[in-house]
Amino acid sequence: MRTLEQTTQEVLDLAAKHFQLPAGSLAPGDDFFKKLGIDSLQTLEMLSRLENHFGIELPDYEVQGVSDFKTLAERIQSRL
Amino acid sequence: MLDLSKYQSIGEALRDALDQYANEVCLIEADREREKERLTYRDFKERAHPLAKALQDAGFTAGSRASIIMTNQSKWLISAYAVFFTGGVLVPLDYKLTPDEQWQLLKHSSATVLITEYPIWRQLSASPGRAAATNVQTVLITEAPANADLAGAKRWEEFRGTGDPVFVVRKRADTACIVYSSGTGGRPKGCMMTHENYLEQCVALTSIYPFWPGVRYLSILPTNHAIDFMVGFFGPFTCGAAVVHLRTLRPEYVREAFSKYKITYVSLVPLVLKNLQKGLQARFDALPPGKRNIFDALIGLNKLLTKSRPRLGISRLLLKQVHEAFGGELRAVIVGGAFSEPQTLQFFYDLGIPVANGYGLTEAGTAITVNDLKPFRADTVGKPLPGMEVCILNPAADGVGEVAVRSKTVMAGYLNEPELTAETIVDGWLMTGDLGRFDGAGHLQLTGRKKNMIVTEEGKNIYPEDIETVFESLPVKEFCVFAANYIWPKRSMTGEKLVLTLHLEPGQEYSEEISQDINARNHRLINYKRIHGVVLLDEDFPRTASLKIKRNVLAERLAKLDSSTAILPL
Repeated sequence: MRTLEQTTQEVLDLAAKHFQLPAGSLAPGDDFFKKLGIDSLQTLEMLSRLENHFGIELPDYEVQGVSDFKTLAERIQSRL
Repeated sequence: MLDLSKYQSIGEALRDALDQYANEVCLIEADREREKERLTYRDFKERAHPLAKALQDAGFTAGSRASIIMTNQSKWLISAYAVFFTGGVLVPLDYKLTPDEQWQLLKHSSATVLITEYPIWRQLSASPGRAAATNVQTVLITEAPANADLAGAKRWEEFRGTGDPVFVVRKRADTACIVYSSGTGGRPKGCMMTHENYLEQCVALTSIYPFWPGVRYLSILPTNHAIDFMVGFFGPFTCGAAVVHLRTLRPEYVREAFSKYKITYVSLVPLVLKNLQKGLQARFDALPPGKRNIFDALIGLNKLLTKSRPRLGISRLLLKQVHEAFGGELRAVIVGGAFSEPQTLQFFYDLGIPVANGYGLTEAGTAITVNDLKPFRADTVGKPLPGMEVCILNPAADGVGEVAVRSKTVMAGYLNEPELTAETIVDGWLMTGDLGRFDGAGHLQLTGRKKNMIVTEEGKNIYPEDIETVFESLPVKEFCVFAANYIWPKRSMTGEKLVLTLHLEPGQEYSEEISQDINARNHRLINYKRIHGVVLLDEDFPRTASLKIKRNVLAERLAKLDSSTAILPL
């Protein structure tokens, strides 16, 4: 079982890879809309990647209103 | 299609539709790759009537108000029908608002019944806003897990009366829905939409974009939104068509739905349409040069053959692969909620996929103008729909003025706001606050906004007053949020931004600390409501006798600044 720290790190690594950013350029508290300059649709694409990686399903309502990596990682962790 | 001129209310028309089209499929609900539900009109009635009876048994009667806060799904429409059948007034609310915002609107609407989903109720029931909305007496929640804490709510699935409910007659002039067009922070704008508004709008829209049994409409825009309520519920139901709901709006499942369910119509906001364009363009660009040349030639031929009107058969033949990716049955994409860029509209039309762009406001009963495709025009928002009188007030030399509308689809007014209603509807004409002009062919072209608001590409209307509370107690002398276009008008309906105007204390500097404070507060807002820059003004804001900021006067003062240097990015 992953720890929350591990999950958070994997979320950051995957997001950086998905949006072609250097590894380590994202931080848990970053607002992904602002930091990545993405819209709600691109966020949904990122979520699909994360679901495949962690082998879980994240219902749309679970990520409603979430805009930082830390909270996103917590929501993922609760479904692992 | 039902002859809607014979009907007095939404409930009456839907009641007859359920019987007339009993054996047709009306709803398909899918969750990712799984189909969860497929209902005929008969099944729909069998689900809705026990709910209507239970509502009646609980004292719900003519004029009672019930709110729905749900994502798009079959239970949304079943619940709405039960409300209309019992003579109630529906208050559809946006499930994306914060719990506090939802409670504020629930209180404002005086709804006595709330129908929502368990995950939404989890947030709502824990929100402090609940204490103030004592008007909400009954809460029904769907899909609650077996051992869930219902926090005073009842299970929707178990809220069933026995025996037949009694149909409650309503008049055309009675309020059918209270639809909030804005106002979560300041002054809620609850548009009172009458039964006549919906009946007339449905007749007008289906005269250009008809539904019939076998048509499948993919419902993606939230059903609380005026567009989806009309073309994703009332319109298709009165014509015996089917509505497809997806519980997950991930792009890959939306793409799959087109071919899996052979979609005929879909409504999208400009952001999604642009994203689709980007995806398709990338695929076209990746074609080997030989294939690309052939493909370009086929597009050229299609453009030539569809110049005067769409020819779906020919387009589907010429550009088979593109059309198959959309299921092969797509007749039109309805785009609304915000302004679409002409080149995006043209891109799809050139592929043989007509985009029904138009212009509308909740206050006007959804659509005012729509592109009738005779011929397709990407540079306008189309011609007024049948029954719509549209005029340009006080036009300037170039013909541009405020767009005003008069029709049977215009709302009765704003709930509890007689003054605001009187400012908005003058001698029967709805003042839209949008600027535009008519061209020689009778098409409306929008050129900008007169009102202090923005519309995002996701179709969200944002009023500056609604987000100001987040900046309260900011350590500055005074502040005010504006739509940048309201201060510095430009001939554009896209790329609109909000700015925060600050008047600092004497001797105070715009420090890194203030900037960080603004950023932190800004992030408490949902992403599309955030401000994009700060404007400093070193003078007292003009105020009324009751100390309210005179926004129009302040905007005039700010307009003297150079926008290219005055807006400090965050």
